[in-house]
Amino acid sequence: MADQDTTTDDLTPERSRPGSEPQLKPQVLSFDEVAAQAHTAAQLDLSRGSVLEVDNLKMYFPVKAGGLIRRKVGDVQAVDGVSFQVPRGGSLGLVGESGCGKSTTGRLITRLYQPTGGKILFEGRDLADLSNKQLKPLRRDIQMIFQDPYTSLNPRHTVGSIIGAPLEVHKVVPKNQILPRVQELLEIVGLNPEHYNRYPNEFSGGQRQRIGIARALTLNPKLLVADEPVSALDVSIQAQVINLLQDIQKEFDVAFLFIAHDLAVVRHFCPEVAVMYLGKIVEIGDRDSIYSNAHHPYTQALLSAVPDVKQAAIGGRRERIRLEGDVPSPINPPSGCRFRTRCPIAQEICAKHEPPLLQIGKRHKVACHFPGPIHQHPDKPITARLLGTDDAGSPDPGATPSSQIANKPGYDDTWYDLDAKTFGRA
Amino acid sequence: MTIHNMPSSSTGNGDPDAFLVVEDLNVEFPTPDGPVQAVQDLSYRVGLGQTLGIVGESGSGKSVSSMAVLGLHDAQRSTITGSIKIGGQEVVGLNEPGLRKLRGNAVSMIFQDALAALHPFYRIGAQLGEAYQVHHSSASKRDARRKSIEMLDRVGIPQPDKRVDDFPHQFSGGMRQRAMIAMGLINDPSLLIADEPTTALDVTVQAQILDLLQDLQREFNSAVIIITHDLGVIAEMADDVLVMYAGRAVEYGPCKEILVAPEMPYTWGLLSSIPDVMADTDARLIPIPGNPPSLLSPPSGCSFHPRCVHVDKVPGALCATTLPELLPGGRGPHHLKRCHLANPAEIFRTEVLAEIAPKMVEEN
Repeated sequence: MADQDTTTDDLTPERSRPGSEPQLKPQVLSFDEVAAQAHTAAQLDLSRGSVLEVDNLKMYFPVKAGGLIRRKVGDVQAVDGVSFQVPRGGSLGLVGESGCGKSTTGRLITRLYQPTGGKILFEGRDLADLSNKQLKPLRRDIQMIFQDPYTSLNPRHTVGSIIGAPLEVHKVVPKNQILPRVQELLEIVGLNPEHYNRYPNEFSGGQRQRIGIARALTLNPKLLVADEPVSALDVSIQAQVINLLQDIQKEFDVAFLFIAHDLAVVRHFCPEVAVMYLGKIVEIGDRDSIYSNAHHPYTQALLSAVPDVKQAAIGGRRERIRLEGDVPSPINPPSGCRFRTRCPIAQEICAKHEPPLLQIGKRHKVACHFPGPIHQHPDKPITARLLGTDDAGSPDPGATPSSQIANKPGYDDTWYDLDAKTFGRA
Repeated sequence: MTIHNMPSSSTGNGDPDAFLVVEDLNVEFPTPDGPVQAVQDLSYRVGLGQTLGIVGESGSGKSVSSMAVLGLHDAQRSTITGSIKIGGQEVVGLNEPGLRKLRGNAVSMIFQDALAALHPFYRIGAQLGEAYQVHHSSASKRDARRKSIEMLDRVGIPQPDKRVDDFPHQFSGGMRQRAMIAMGLINDPSLLIADEPTTALDVTVQAQILDLLQDLQREFNSAVIIITHDLGVIAEMADDVLVMYAGRAVEYGPCKEILVAPEMPYTWGLLSSIPDVMADTDARLIPIPGNPPSLLSPPSGCSFHPRCVHVDKVPGALCATTLPELLPGGRGPHHLKRCHLANPAEIFRTEVLAEIAPKMVEEN
């Protein structure tokens, strides 16, 4: 494991009392050595198919009235018809503002929630309706890394029993072989294997997150759901953990569903990204399509809001698309397009019809009536004909809705060409 | 050194008429395990209408030093030496009534976690009004309420006359942060300290809050200290930047200088360990190895040397034995750095930039 050396002085938990243990001599590396162990941005490998396919997934949480008879008064539509694929051994990023349903999606895939509708196809098998008993053997293949390393580790258990617990639960190895496996895992994540009998409070935040990662790796999962794995960590530690996750991905061929609100981190880690808004995917595509060629006004606004270090060379603030107000309540989302209340280019049709997630490039789908590069959005909705309406969104008797706008995971070989305004290969 | 699009150009650190002058500040806390030197030999200046960005990891002393400016450390449990002058008035050693006159009036603070900083039992309006009445003893409750509504309106809360009677939990995260800013600005402070004001917020809300802070600064011409670990926020907001590590300033100068031509390996490490939304994908994400040191037993010499990957370029064991002074480097008197490296510009360009921004090096 290449990562061990970079964290040699990581082995001494900084929170332990001074003098209570021998200080390990920190081994200082040269810049070249550290740089050689660091990773560049992950690349997309299309040849290996997908490990996970999510089809029209829905999660509605009931809202109950106060008082004695708690009758159901509505639903929080936390996730509403989300479809995507996670490539085998690859990673898909899920970004969006808080409350957009990205964490709920992660928890649905690990089946911490029972979905209201839709399919979760893991290696071809639908997880959505399985009972807990049927799920148990499958849980080995899908594991989760949590956001907060301070609350996700039991303070009363030693690191060894935290990491070893999955082995015991799933009875993978005999009891006397648990410890060697735990020590192996500690080494993989760059911690000292001798520290298996310590408690989480003896470790720093970055080290605790490594423990959480080791626990997730215990059963050799095929898919890891990482819910904001670095956002609770200091900047300098974030890069260590991201590099560790990239090492693990390469070595163990794990696929990642990487949930984060930090667009820059997601861009580095994930060759493919889905942008969510109020429970729906508004744009999904490969890295270039999203970050250099976004066609949805929300993605464009989100990207323009990220503060940029390079701005220092110019001074002042970057020009940005200002989004006014807050995200509307998912209990009573706006009709039609859910983004229309804050959208700078919304028109009449947006209130009447929900835009379909339309494929507009080889690996690029967007859910907008007026998709286009920034400041070049079309004047007329390109989706009107496909939906069988006129430009204002009223039903048009002469047009029939197209069958090619189904909400399904993955990408087709043919797509809607924005210039020619027809379906076809580019 | 001029910075474009700024209301006032940066004056670096030589401004004699600065509103806030901190000199040789030391803050020490006694603990059962021995004294912790949380801040050591810290000096900086902020003029009216200017923004100072303080960057550093958790535990680097950035919040402790700013809390000292407000006199928020318990005199019984901390030892503060040095000098902090706010508009000419010395704060170190000032008695509690004197400090109380300053707090929330000439100096105010915006905290990171707005939900924790606002009282859950009192209405937003009551909390804002209290801040106003404390410093305007002649103001009636009605005046305070009118002022609260005016401030809520000023920070962009819709229907302020209705929302003023809401409780904090009825506000969204961004609105709470706005309410905090409104509370901080209700007495037109000349110095505003924003401690991680946007860390808990989404990027879109962060952009709104930063826009708001900048507009308000322009309007009130106040001095602003913004504490953050997000270099992007620093790049867009600050005139001057102070990089802190283990309680000390390690690099200090105008924003453009520090972020474009940094001369201290810790600053390089910070720059190389954050990915960029626009960077080319060949760029590596290079972490700073190890963890921040414990301030109970700080490393000898330069506190960064155990994590520094450029120690081998300094002759002998200088880094481990001698603490470098905070002195001007090769880029003029405004750019101070605490490092022994003789040719930092050369190393930064040929080694660090080559890995973190390969295209930039080719272009040059």
